[in-house]
Amino acid sequence: MKVLVAVKHVVDYNIKPRVKPDGSDVDIAGVKLSINPFDEIAVEEAVRLKERGVATEVIAVTIGKTNSQDSLRHALAMGVDKAVLIETDVELQPLGVAKLLKYVVEREQPSLIILGKQAIDDDLGQTGQMLAALANVGQGTFASVIDIKGDEIEVTREIDGGTDVVALKLPAVVTTDLRLNEPRFIKLPNLMMAKKKPIETIKAADLGIDISPRLKQLKVADPEPRKPGIKVANVAELVEKLRLAEVL
Amino acid sequence: MSILILAEHDGKHIKQSTRQAVAAAGAWQLPIHLVVTGANSADIAREASEIASVAKVLHADAAHFEHPLAEDVAALLVQLGADYKVILSAHTAFSKSVLPRVAALLDVGMVSDAVSITAPATYVRPIYAGNVLSTVESSDAIQVVTIRATSFAAAAAGGSAEVATVSAPASSGLSRWIKEDKTVSDRPELSSARVVVSGGRSLAERFDELLEPLAHRFGGALGATRAAVDAGFAPNDIQVGQTGTIVAPELYFAIGISGAMQHLAGMKDSKIIVAINHDPDAPIFQHADFGLVANLFDAVPELTTALNQ
Ligand SMILES: Cc1cc2nc3c(=O)[nH]c(=O)nc-3n(C[C@@H](O)[C@H](O)[C@H](O)COP(=O)(O)OP(=O)(O)OC[C@H]3O[C@@H](n4cnc5c(N)ncnc54)[C@H](O)[C@@H]3O)c2cc1C
Ligand SMILES: Cc1cc2nc3c(=O)[nH]c(=O)nc-3n(C[C@H](O)[C@H](O)[C@H](O)COP(=O)(O)OP(=O)(O)OC[C@H]3O[C@@H](n4cnc5c(N)ncnc54)[C@H](O)[C@@H]3O)c2cc1C
Repeated sequence: MKVLVAVKHVVDYNIKPRVKPDGSDVDIAGVKLSINPFDEIAVEEAVRLKERGVATEVIAVTIGKTNSQDSLRHALAMGVDKAVLIETDVELQPLGVAKLLKYVVEREQPSLIILGKQAIDDDLGQTGQMLAALANVGQGTFASVIDIKGDEIEVTREIDGGTDVVALKLPAVVTTDLRLNEPRFIKLPNLMMAKKKPIETIKAADLGIDISPRLKQLKVADPEPRKPGIKVANVAELVEKLRLAEVL
Repeated sequence: MSILILAEHDGKHIKQSTRQAVAAAGAWQLPIHLVVTGANSADIAREASEIASVAKVLHADAAHFEHPLAEDVAALLVQLGADYKVILSAHTAFSKSVLPRVAALLDVGMVSDAVSITAPATYVRPIYAGNVLSTVESSDAIQVVTIRATSFAAAAAGGSAEVATVSAPASSGLSRWIKEDKTVSDRPELSSARVVVSGGRSLAERFDELLEPLAHRFGGALGATRAAVDAGFAPNDIQVGQTGTIVAPELYFAIGISGAMQHLAGMKDSKIIVAINHDPDAPIFQHADFGLVANLFDAVPELTTALNQ
């Protein structure tokens, strides 16, 4: 069974991005970029399936600028077999990304496709569901447990107020939640080895797929700052303040 | 042209977040239609028809909608959606699963988690864990949008819309529902509670023992940080933050919480934030209206007692 994972190269989760002075966009020049944490979980799950003998091959794909390769190297170091970069400088949005991923799905015919439930930069959380729709397959979003049973996969999903379990016919799309697994720590020799592995590069422009953006960003801004608060000396003062604020 | 809202319910009642979506839809000043899915759900469709400013309820009642699957609900919305200008819902786990699928099938983009709407097609949405607000304009003929429920007041009752039956497409067969495990609690839903009492990992095994009585005092909901959830002190579904539930209650207690960016993303729009932490330099104090530097194991019981007097 082949497994395809989609990884996105994003601003590292420790970094608080700044708005450019002209408000046109977020300034990410020179900031640290890493693999989207949910995609690291997706890679880990795929590699574990291979280690358990359930998967035969794991392929990682990313779409973006040349520097997105770094996230593919990370995936290779974790143990994926093959890495594909679909290169483009076009401003990507989920529908376009899903269309390009569908191309890879058609070419590779994976039985399972794993994505993150959301990318921590744009927080859109759309790509996996869009890909499932375009490929006309079932979807298991926000997965905290997956279990392959014959020609189906059972997915435990984290939903509002609890969990549910759905069974999907394979091939299927799964998007990862935080509790699916804890990604392994990458050892330095593996990272060095990953640097030498080949990455297949495809030019998005050669595929003749419409990935033009549907949303136009007009401006970005800092959220309104909160009014500065105060420190209270003790519990009695806290209760008094809450009483004055009429929230008791 | 009208607006189609995917309604959500718990099997008995329409959810608060759907009423908030109805209020958000007011921005377009177009007729609002609600689509209600379910099995034997006539009472719920009637309740939906009583929401003020709803012009029409489309009721899709089918056995396979008892536990609606994203694939099947998306097929229904695609069947109905071509005639609408906007397909809208609240940014809940259910809609987050369904609406991107609908958008892709209609070959349109989607706006997730809008906190403000300027008709006809401009939206403000938080990015980078709420550190930045992005204003975007959509160029698509059909707008597919989820809204952040806590940013909109709920539409009141008092309507009397027509209820029309629509036929549901057959089940896709791509997936099947097996079971669900929902936390039964007599506390209010986390995302719409008036008061939320949240704790961090430092509460450890005493999470419930210390926080429950305080939440009870307000009839509030419990929340937690990811660290508390990962350590097993609190259940998954009460995680507040960028990757958990977003809340904006009147009163939020952050107890033994450091104030990581990902946690702040889920609660910083709360009206009043109270922080209790023994570290005077904890980042949470920069976002708190009232900060108390104290050992939580002493301060929380003392606070609960004081409030109950
Ligand atoms: C108005 C607007 C303007 C933007 N401007 C820019 C810009 O100028 N430059 C820029 O770089 N980005 C820009 N983006 C971000 C855009 O490129 C996002 O990468 C794209 O919209 C995907 O959204 P997301 O990452 O939030 O997707 P989500 O749906 O949250 O992602 C979920 C999952 O999909 C997969 N995935 C998503 N993207 C990729 C990818 N590229 N390759 C492989 N897998 C992927 C991953 O598994 C990920 O975990 C913009 C987005 C918007 C909406
Ligand atoms: C991709 C990603 C997504 C994430 N999503 C989320 C999310 O949605 N929600 C979320 O919450 N986190 C999220 N996180 C995790 C987040 O970065 C923090 O690690 C987490 O919020 C910290 O939780 P905490 O405050 O309980 O723990 P810590 O950061 O360890 O803080 C504990 C605090 O307790 C205080 N304390 C200890 N003992 C006492 C005492 N006796 N009395 C008083 N105070 C005491 C300490 O001073 C400290 O400030 C995410 C992280 C990543 C990478």
